[in-house]
Amino acid sequence: MKMVRVYIMGKEYKVPEGLTIMKAMEYAGYRYIRGSGCRAGFCGACATVYRKEGDYKLYADLACQTTVEDGMYLAQLPFVPANKATYSLKKLNADDKVLVEHYPELARCVSCNTCTKACPQELEVMDYVQASLRGDFEKAAHLSFDCIQCGLCAIRCPAEIPQYHVAQLARRIYGRYVAPKALHLEKRVEEIKQGKFDKEIERLKKMSKEEIKKAYYARDIEEEAPEED
Amino acid sequence: MYPKEMEKSVRKVEESREERLHKLPEPMSAEEREEVLKKYHPDYKKEVKRKLKVGVSAGMVVPNEVADIIESNPIISEKDVDLSNIDYDVDVLIIGGGGAGTVAALWAYYEGIKPENILIATKLRHGDSNSIMAQGGIQAADKENDSPAIHFLDAYGGGHFANKKELVEALVKDAPFIIKWHEELGVMYDKKEDGEMITIHGGGTSRKRMHSAKDYTGMEILRVLRDEVRNIGIPVIEFSPAIELLMDGKQVAGAVLFNMETEQYYVARAKATILATGGFGRLHIQNFPTTNHYGATADGLVMAYHAGAKLRDMDSVQYHPTGAAYPEQVVGQLITEKVRGLGAQPVNVDGEQFVYPLEPRDVEASAIIRECYGRNKGVVTPTGMRGVWLDSPMIEIIHGEGTIEKNLAAMFRLFKRFNIDMRKEPILVFPTLHYQNGGIEINENACVLGKNGIIKGLFAGGEVEGGVHGKNRLMGNSLLDYNVFGRRAGISAARHAKKAKIGKLSLKHVEDYKKMLKDAGIKTERKSPLLLPEYRGKEALSRALDIF
Repeated sequence: MKMVRVYIMGKEYKVPEGLTIMKAMEYAGYRYIRGSGCRAGFCGACATVYRKEGDYKLYADLACQTTVEDGMYLAQLPFVPANKATYSLKKLNADDKVLVEHYPELARCVSCNTCTKACPQELEVMDYVQASLRGDFEKAAHLSFDCIQCGLCAIRCPAEIPQYHVAQLARRIYGRYVAPKALHLEKRVEEIKQGKFDKEIERLKKMSKEEIKKAYYARDIEEEAPEED
Repeated sequence: MYPKEMEKSVRKVEESREERLHKLPEPMSAEEREEVLKKYHPDYKKEVKRKLKVGVSAGMVVPNEVADIIESNPIISEKDVDLSNIDYDVDVLIIGGGGAGTVAALWAYYEGIKPENILIATKLRHGDSNSIMAQGGIQAADKENDSPAIHFLDAYGGGHFANKKELVEALVKDAPFIIKWHEELGVMYDKKEDGEMITIHGGGTSRKRMHSAKDYTGMEILRVLRDEVRNIGIPVIEFSPAIELLMDGKQVAGAVLFNMETEQYYVARAKATILATGGFGRLHIQNFPTTNHYGATADGLVMAYHAGAKLRDMDSVQYHPTGAAYPEQVVGQLITEKVRGLGAQPVNVDGEQFVYPLEPRDVEASAIIRECYGRNKGVVTPTGMRGVWLDSPMIEIIHGEGTIEKNLAAMFRLFKRFNIDMRKEPILVFPTLHYQNGGIEINENACVLGKNGIIKGLFAGGEVEGGVHGKNRLMGNSLLDYNVFGRRAGISAARHAKKAKIGKLSLKHVEDYKKMLKDAGIKTERKSPLLLPEYRGKEALSRALDIF
């Protein structure tokens, strides 16, 4: 087994090559309480800052999705104390000022693009910050959609903008106020309320195991025609 | 890019692609399903399970790993904690900060409980859970050609006709309402320009009713729900799991919490307690890798069992047909069923089809295991792992270029990190431990059931409870489950809390449980709940000193 050297918060350990940063730290004897969540790149719990030997740059990534390299200096973010505005989505006035009103620090953005460079999801963070500043919910919502809210952008931002919280508000406004409503959904909720399907479900519930088995294997399956746009 | 040996097989997959585009294997008949399950599904091996020796469900056959944590010594005793000193005194205590717990908190609040009288105690951070990792979608019968009754039949047949019917009824009838609630909260479901939900098939569905938000469906729903909890100001204490429930002789009355960072305990008294602790993926049943989050150690199951809750359908484990099998760094991580939903076919080492791509999960998983180990037609990786191809480039051929980046952004990103471009190259998969099909028995109001009916003061929602999915859950019914039963638990708990009176707190049930273990002749060093799995390196552990 080929081993590589890593420096976990400054201490040197030798770990097998090919491990993720998370598994390398565990191999070395660290037991996570903080810093490990879904272990699959979806929760943002394992935001990591590292540097490579001979390189002055600080890199940011997820410990569960990044492979260790020889000579890496590793540290994890246990918590991000960024400001989150509170609001009632129902009551807020969804005009183009609403994001800046809730997050006035948005106006401090100097377009340095550090947030974008720090994003482990490789999102165009600065672009969605600028869209938020303009009140363009749609753009902010779509550009930020894959955000896992790890907070690395906010930690690196010289203007101290909590980008990921701004984006959350932008997406919720988009989802509630901008995206078209699903009318068929409303109709179905109403039908269920009126008991339209109760009889049929009652009939299924009363069937014997043999009867319902037969009904199950006889059911028709909707054709697999591509219909997405 | 794949290693040379694997590349040879990739060529064969490419060669057969054109022909495969126009034909699909037939779905299996009932007899064929039964045969492949019996022979290849990990659940059907006898030596991997045993009968429980103690408790309300003694005699029930469960996986050895589950029996081990049930037949373990509780981690605290009456004498370890001072129950007269109450740290948190609330109406509704919610144990678990994943999807079910978050939904329960919101609905307890909507039902009239003040935010400060609710408490969420969770082991990791609020939201670190399987709920946030779910990618593919959530089912709801809201289209013209579909109905809750058809959804019922799909779920009940998919569960091998073992589901608790009242729970399935609640699941399918609440589903459209739940999606509408999400829409009002601002969840960005994938929609057409006129607002119609884009829905696709999942394994075992007879109608296209899988709603999604790209392949970040679980994350999108949960981050919105969590944001709502934060706006309302419902208190959450993180890294502080419950380690035992508290009772007052008549009912469940809160829990003992444990701050994992300072290692101190807290006494939380509650008029109603909700278990939303999720499932058992991190027990690594039969040594399978898992898709589950770090905290999935079935703590709630153990605590509820100590308090007299009944279990059901715990003999069945869900192995997701498609976990990543290459590269090594991501082995076991979920490859969403949506990849097959969008048209990628499972293909063997010779580029041949061998199964209908959207069988119910247990059937699909068994067919993949058969291909690798029964027929020896799997692809072998450099570390000796076997798997089959999922021919993802087909998605771009069927739905057009750009579909993968747009609809499967998380999957695309996962493989791109390791220099595999799933738009052009197939990806390698093998079944992975995914879901606890069974759990604590509840009724349709999410009340937990014991030997003599309802256990007063205790409610449950999400993966910790069983019965909704019978012996096999369909894709898209778990996000739905945590919403439907998290909501019902929140409402029931709030109503109960308004009239409940709590007596003297006690851990007598834990002492009784220890006696039961002794009477059953179980002598063991094991302790549970486990709280976290042990992943430290063997060499590091072999030198560990327990001196401070």
